[in-house]
Amino acid sequence: MDIFLNCLYAFITGGILCVIAQILIDKTKLTPARILVLYVCAGVVLTAVGLYDYIVEFAGGGATVPLTGFGYAIAKGVEKAVAEKGLLGALTGGITATSGGITAAICFGYIASLIFSAKRKD
Amino acid sequence: MNKKEYCEYVEKRAKKSPIVKNCACAFVIGGLICVIGELLRELYMSAGMEKTDASTLVSVTLVFITAVLTGIGIFDNIAKVAGAGTLVPITGFANAVASPAIDTKSEGYILGVGAKIFTIAGPVILYGTLSGAIYGVIYYICTLIWW
Repeated sequence: MDIFLNCLYAFITGGILCVIAQILIDKTKLTPARILVLYVCAGVVLTAVGLYDYIVEFAGGGATVPLTGFGYAIAKGVEKAVAEKGLLGALTGGITATSGGITAAICFGYIASLIFSAKRKD
Repeated sequence: MNKKEYCEYVEKRAKKSPIVKNCACAFVIGGLICVIGELLRELYMSAGMEKTDASTLVSVTLVFITAVLTGIGIFDNIAKVAGAGTLVPITGFANAVASPAIDTKSEGYILGVGAKIFTIAGPVILYGTLSGAIYGVIYYICTLIWW
């Protein structure tokens, strides 16, 4: 039952985050690239003001899977690193915390470019 | 037909951007991707992983799936329907890396793939890291004041 509720909360929260972006795309001139940048920065800001922790607690994957979760991981990593290493942590924490996702994207993206060829766009 | 009539004619015939339908698709597909993420997270945590590590591995898993789906050409078809539903989750980021990498293969592996792989990932990493560093400095100052 617990797992069902967690999935429901993840579904609703993740869905809402996507709808906000969809409205921004349809109603403003924001391109997808700008949306991604906006979401990452929003994640950092929401974490900094202490809000995103609650959203993650509530929604789990619904909050960490969207790109705002990427910003959340950056901000959390920075907090942790600053607590351990002082000011140097401000420079090391962000990428350390997100290195898994970034490296995976680069490696898998590169391997995909080795294996697959561009499809004709219809 | 004068210019004004023509404009009205075009407006009438132009396909209305069905925002309600777009939002519904984005909600359902984006929500489902997050549910997959949540299920994977529970699975990894039940295998004894820490919360943050589990979240990272979820990202890695979704990035891998996206790279494969992008390569075989299925991702574009899903994204056409889903709009922001596939863009906002980490799948959008992964697709933004894999897709230009595959498309620019013909331009060579250094300045083609090597440079274009960051066309969209670059700005995301730049502004994410930058805002994180700024927050780090502010956080550091706060720790000095309050502790």
